[in-house]
Amino acid sequence: MHKPELKQYEKPKHINDYPCGPAALAGTLVAKNAGWRTKRPIIHKEKCAGCYLCYLYCPEGTIFKEDKKINFDYDFCKGCGICSKVCAHKAIEMIKEGENGN
Amino acid sequence: MGTSKVFVSGNEAAAIGVKLARAHVISAYPITPQTVVVERLSEMVEAGELKAEFIHVESEHSAMSAAMGASAVGARAFTATSSQGLLYMAECLHYASGGRFPIVMMNANRSLALPWSIYGDQRDSLSLLDSGWLQVYVEDAQESLDMMIQAYAIAEHKEVLTPVMVNLDGFVLTHTYELVEVPRQEDVDEFLPPFDTENKLDFENPKNMCFSSSPSDNMEFKYQQHKAALKASEVIKKVDQSYREKFGRGYGGLVDGYRCDDAEIILITLGSITGTCRVVVDELRSQGKKVGVLKIRFMRPFPEKEILDITRGAKVIGVLEKDISFGYEGTVYTNVNSALIKSGRIIKSYNFIAGLGGRDISREDIKYMYEYLEQAASGAEKECVKFINLGVDTDGE
Repeated sequence: MHKPELKQYEKPKHINDYPCGPAALAGTLVAKNAGWRTKRPIIHKEKCAGCYLCYLYCPEGTIFKEDKKINFDYDFCKGCGICSKVCAHKAIEMIKEGENGN
Repeated sequence: MGTSKVFVSGNEAAAIGVKLARAHVISAYPITPQTVVVERLSEMVEAGELKAEFIHVESEHSAMSAAMGASAVGARAFTATSSQGLLYMAECLHYASGGRFPIVMMNANRSLALPWSIYGDQRDSLSLLDSGWLQVYVEDAQESLDMMIQAYAIAEHKEVLTPVMVNLDGFVLTHTYELVEVPRQEDVDEFLPPFDTENKLDFENPKNMCFSSSPSDNMEFKYQQHKAALKASEVIKKVDQSYREKFGRGYGGLVDGYRCDDAEIILITLGSITGTCRVVVDELRSQGKKVGVLKIRFMRPFPEKEILDITRGAKVIGVLEKDISFGYEGTVYTNVNSALIKSGRIIKSYNFIAGLGGRDISREDIKYMYEYLEQAASGAEKECVKFINLGVDTDGE
């Protein structure tokens, strides 16, 4: 449930510096994948029971453990809201992108 | 150089070629008229003649997915399909070419539904011309065997690393028996060394493969893929030349022209129908007519320069294809005309759509096409896209 460390990706300057097809040293993150999210989940940690049901249901694997509670990898969370729906403790709230200073 | 001769079908010849190429993994789902090639390979694996993993999969989509998985660990992968099966794996075709996996696949050219048909035409592969695969159309069983070996040499070339689809006309070629020369394994091993690539999953050098790319990188990957497919033109010619030197047989690389040197009328073909066209050309030549036939072997990369060179002296050309892009014209015809117009040449060209759904294309039909082209060269008004040998009256519509 812990996020792996990522290697720094530097966009190649010349076409010959690109790998042959989409392949790179393990642990390299070329692209973040959350550009189309309109809503984001936020965790109310005081309500989170640490059951990790949301972790099991997240179709993108973007939930991780933090201090016995959960948190989100916003680089990949697409904002589907499944985590919020399955949370029995109403600990996850979906808010519009841009609201609450986000 | 010792060789043996066997009497086999096109499918069986292809299986022998794959065995000689020492494929490591064969994943396949049976579909008529492809079935025999994978049946023979499964027998070879069972008998221990071919040390390979044979994976029975539940669909063509899985067949290509398994082949990609094999290729991703550096194995030499083979699969085969036909018609609806090829379309069913269409998603994976783009995946394999984008991932730069040098898989070789045999496709038994067969008509597409509806109406349901198991007989041969070339609409299956031509409808996937843009999938990023190199496409070759072979003419006989010998070429089927030889191209399986050549296809791996082309696909695995470090400057290409692109999958190759070897197309055999369904039934006409897949099920017709011919005498075929089988090269010695030692000679094939010298010609085709083991697949070696850095582009693989490896514990020593772990990689992320087949990842996403955002708009900031995606186009560069596609540009690079396109350049590799173009680069294949040179590699195909070199591989064909070295194959000729090693085994005494070559096929001309991207195209094969027959009696085209002084030809004023040239018919362009794909695949097995070319043999019948050669017979007709000989007959018309004996009557003093300046005719020739130009077989396109590779549709991708498209042999633009070769077509321009060979048709330079022609007054008129025809494109005979077992294909139609509905609402327009034959796909080969579109590609040929594009090559001509880009070069600034205006030449009369006509499209013959024939043999759809397995309909026979006879010598008389081909003679009719040459007459049609001759009349067009003499100034007669002719339809550009002509369906050949329709079985009913259309009132000239």
